[in-house]
Amino acid sequence: MSLDKETVRKIGVLARLEISEDEVEGLSKEMNDILNWFEKLEQVNTDGVAPMASVVNQSLHWRKDEITGGEIQDKVLANAPDSEDGYFLVPKVVE
Amino acid sequence: MSYYIQGETGTWEVVIGLEVHAQVTSNAKLFSGGATQFGAEPNTHVDFLDAGMPGMLPVINEECIRQAVRTGLGLKAKINLRSVFDRKNYFYADLPLGYQISQFKDPIVGEGEVVLDYKDKPSRVVGIERLHLEIDAGKSQHDQHPTKSFIDLNRAGVALMEIVSKPDMRSPEDAAAYLKKLRTILRYLGTCDGNMEEGSMRADVNVSVRPKGSDELRTRCEIKNVNSMRFVQQAIEFEAMRHVEVYESGGEIVQETRLFDSSKGETRSMRSKEEAHDYRYFPDPDLLPLELSEEFVEDLKSRLPELPDDKKDRFMTEYGLNAYDAGVLVAEKETATYFEEAVVERDPKLVANWVMGDLFGALKRLGREISDSPVSAKHLGELVGLISNDTISGKIAKDVFEIMLETGDAPEKIVEEKGLKQVTDTGAIEAIVDEIIAANPDKVEEIRGGKEKLLGWFVGQCMKASQGKANPGILNKILKDKILG
Amino acid sequence: MTKLNELTIAEARDGLAKGEFSSIELTQACIDAMDAHADLNAFIVSTPERALADAEASDKRRADGKTFGPMDGVPIGMKDLFCTEGVQTTAASKILEGFIPPYESTISGNLKNAGTVLLGKTNLDEFAMGSANLTSYFGEVKSPWAAEGDQSARVPGGSSGGSAAAVAARMCPGATGTDTGGSIRQPAAFTGIVGMKPTYGRCSRWGCIAFASSLDQAGPMTRTVRDAAIMLGEMAGYDAKDSTSAKVEVPNFEAALTGDIRGLKIGIPKEYRIEGLDPEIDAMWQQGITWLKDAGAEIVDVSLQYTDKALPTYYIVAPAEASSNLARYDGARYGFRAELEKGASLDEMYAKTRAQGFGKEVQRRILMGTYVLSAGYYDAYYKKAQQVRTLISDDFKNAFQSVDLILTPTAPSDAFTVSGGEELDPLAMYLNDVFVVTASLAGLPAISVPTGLSGRGLPLGLQLIGRPFYEETVFRAAGVLETAANFDVVPTMLRGE
Repeated sequence: MSLDKETVRKIGVLARLEISEDEVEGLSKEMNDILNWFEKLEQVNTDGVAPMASVVNQSLHWRKDEITGGEIQDKVLANAPDSEDGYFLVPKVVE
Repeated sequence: MSYYIQGETGTWEVVIGLEVHAQVTSNAKLFSGGATQFGAEPNTHVDFLDAGMPGMLPVINEECIRQAVRTGLGLKAKINLRSVFDRKNYFYADLPLGYQISQFKDPIVGEGEVVLDYKDKPSRVVGIERLHLEIDAGKSQHDQHPTKSFIDLNRAGVALMEIVSKPDMRSPEDAAAYLKKLRTILRYLGTCDGNMEEGSMRADVNVSVRPKGSDELRTRCEIKNVNSMRFVQQAIEFEAMRHVEVYESGGEIVQETRLFDSSKGETRSMRSKEEAHDYRYFPDPDLLPLELSEEFVEDLKSRLPELPDDKKDRFMTEYGLNAYDAGVLVAEKETATYFEEAVVERDPKLVANWVMGDLFGALKRLGREISDSPVSAKHLGELVGLISNDTISGKIAKDVFEIMLETGDAPEKIVEEKGLKQVTDTGAIEAIVDEIIAANPDKVEEIRGGKEKLLGWFVGQCMKASQGKANPGILNKILKDKILG
Repeated sequence: MTKLNELTIAEARDGLAKGEFSSIELTQACIDAMDAHADLNAFIVSTPERALADAEASDKRRADGKTFGPMDGVPIGMKDLFCTEGVQTTAASKILEGFIPPYESTISGNLKNAGTVLLGKTNLDEFAMGSANLTSYFGEVKSPWAAEGDQSARVPGGSSGGSAAAVAARMCPGATGTDTGGSIRQPAAFTGIVGMKPTYGRCSRWGCIAFASSLDQAGPMTRTVRDAAIMLGEMAGYDAKDSTSAKVEVPNFEAALTGDIRGLKIGIPKEYRIEGLDPEIDAMWQQGITWLKDAGAEIVDVSLQYTDKALPTYYIVAPAEASSNLARYDGARYGFRAELEKGASLDEMYAKTRAQGFGKEVQRRILMGTYVLSAGYYDAYYKKAQQVRTLISDDFKNAFQSVDLILTPTAPSDAFTVSGGEELDPLAMYLNDVFVVTASLAGLPAISVPTGLSGRGLPLGLQLIGRPFYEETVFRAAGVLETAANFDVVPTMLRGE
């Protein structure tokens, strides 16, 4: 499997990472090297092997249906780069 | 009665499937302790997790699990004892984590069904494909500022059940009936309040068409977030017609997400959302698989309330109601409860007619819910009782009902105070009849001469003279006896 | 007399208890050491005022006879991956520069409740992604060690390089680390200290900035095994706020240090004798085997057949999880937001913020992670890797049928130079984790103990891996290894102080 420059650009869009044109070539090479290395796994027969779902045998803890959070608008907004009237502000979304 | 579109090249059938997002009734969110209540100040029902703060982790709300299982049981569906939460990855302003926690491959509920009843055609069974739990996103407002969007995360993290139907519906009417029935079931179960205006129930509609008689499934389009039953029907009508037109002009339908514009009654493409769609689902490593025991499910099953279909069947056998009436009465849990309270020791058919007729009319006029009815179920029952035991006539009962609406008084009290009791004393009625006969000898002759229609006029005159209180049966008999012998 | 900042946690505890010195004096000595070695860049943020206030409060508790526990009054460093209320927390990334958490992570909270004194936030590889601490936005960390006859700066290892350097340079007796694929153990080995990664689920992840959720695990970094046992005791415990936290009792780890390992079965996995293994590393390993054997342990050969598949597995699973975990850093709600041109779209804000806010290695891993999860590749990469992970985990389960512990080297070499590290391509850098990722993938407790020096005078460590939740056994054998090795060499930079 190989990762061409077009794929690198596409992945960049998916991951919301701006990639400049002069980075594409290098990234494509580096990522290809890593992908080739991943091919080691192809030799492993994993027929009928369940993917690891939980690292430790524990059952999922359930919380009670109680309101234990919220009412902390000031704290939630304290680190916001841009906020007004209790809202987070971001560049306008055009739908 | 079937719904077909007559095109230029032939007849087309519509194939519809619905994905309904129903907000789970719970105090707190699916994975955080933030409140779910609607209409709060922005970002006040937000816990650190809901805002996607670094290092915050999800812990599942047990009530949301119960609600999903209850709903599954109510849809006669398979409950999956092991389900998995996945991350659906995408970027959006109202998605603070950068992913939605959802269930992709292994949902909590599998296949089930919903039965749709119609007044004038056979029932239709719509299959349920699956039901899964997921978190809601926040809300963006785009009209507050020329260059900025305002983000409120109060809804972010609220538990939703996504209920996916099979493509088993064939008309806009089916889709509306399905939504209505689903809403009824959810409200019976108490798992979702079904309020479409507040967005606690939202529907995505999948539409495709095919030539009549074919069983192929053609490319479908998904119409997002249609938020009323009327809009669902309009959206389907428009979209199905669009498909037919595209096919008939030699074109192809592209699978895509479309938006319904309610002001124009049409759907339009949301290409922007389609761009580079790749959700990269994978099991959420912050959560372990959700495992349920048989006992847990059985316990919930044993405590499930009576469901609308069961209640309808019981109303038919226990009260001898027809299918349609029973269906109307069970459509809202509150109506059914009202009916059952009113019907104790009364004539069921008569009570049903009063509930569906006068009471529904009055509530609609007053803009009130049945749970908030000015006439209590007990009083309505008593009113029907007074009709049945001939204390008042059906006509007088309507007047009494109007007074009950205004005063909230018991019908007996009104009848007593206003002196509306029916006259059944034959002597008293005879006296009135004699008086009217004596005053109208010419008309008596006309009747005896064969113009029996005039008898009705005499009934009216006598009723008037008795101020409507004469028992109509007795009055009729005496009149006939006296005039025709 | 030993300077106060050179004391171990156990010595500090005992000295404080006997009233030989106050927490304020101890803390001041640590602050002085931090100042003296500021060039190592071990801390991103120092909190001396907070530390002295914490120390004063501790001294007061002690005077009132109300100390919180063994670590009351002991100064520590906190890896800057743990959110600390009111103190900037960055994960060593520009994207979180200036972020002041309004909440305290469970681990830092546990240590606070134990009475420890917070000296500051230690440096790390950005988002804990690295094996040399070269990727921090706040600059690389230097090790206090230098090779004989070569004064070039050495890396402290990573990602908990700041914690490792701080503890090795005697700025504090203990610091927190996190280990996703060796980030506690490898830097411990490089800097001649002890690093313990407990069983996955032993320490809460709540409030710790996530790198790879199914692998991340906090642990102590100290100069002795005893200290690691004491400190882990204060960090560990079930946390209802973390769904993957284990509902198990926290034993008295220190009590496990009996020094008696007679009859214990130690497994030696033949697959760890990798091709081209550095003879020095191999010799160190053989020495470790001899020490444990001499102490009465039984040495057993075991096979962990999927060992050579662990690295690629790790480098699929960890970036995949990271690509999703790091999606929240989008400039919308906290942290860095790129300067935008007028009329810029939301997507431009995301793409520019993330491109400018994340460093190269983090971006590379996000891209790899995004790729291996994307449509059409999920089965070939992510699913396959999680299947192989099951096999790796099963390998250990099988081995632990016949042995109690597994002994391996911690790292394939001693510490390389900063400039040498910078020249490594990503893949060569990843190979550093070859011996440590397996325990991470299987969620097992593992410790690195300093056991000797390389030919050029740099520390080497050995790793002991145990069964899930058998940290006590790990500590017990580690204590024996420590005693036998008697590693008492002071880092080059500290000599003559």
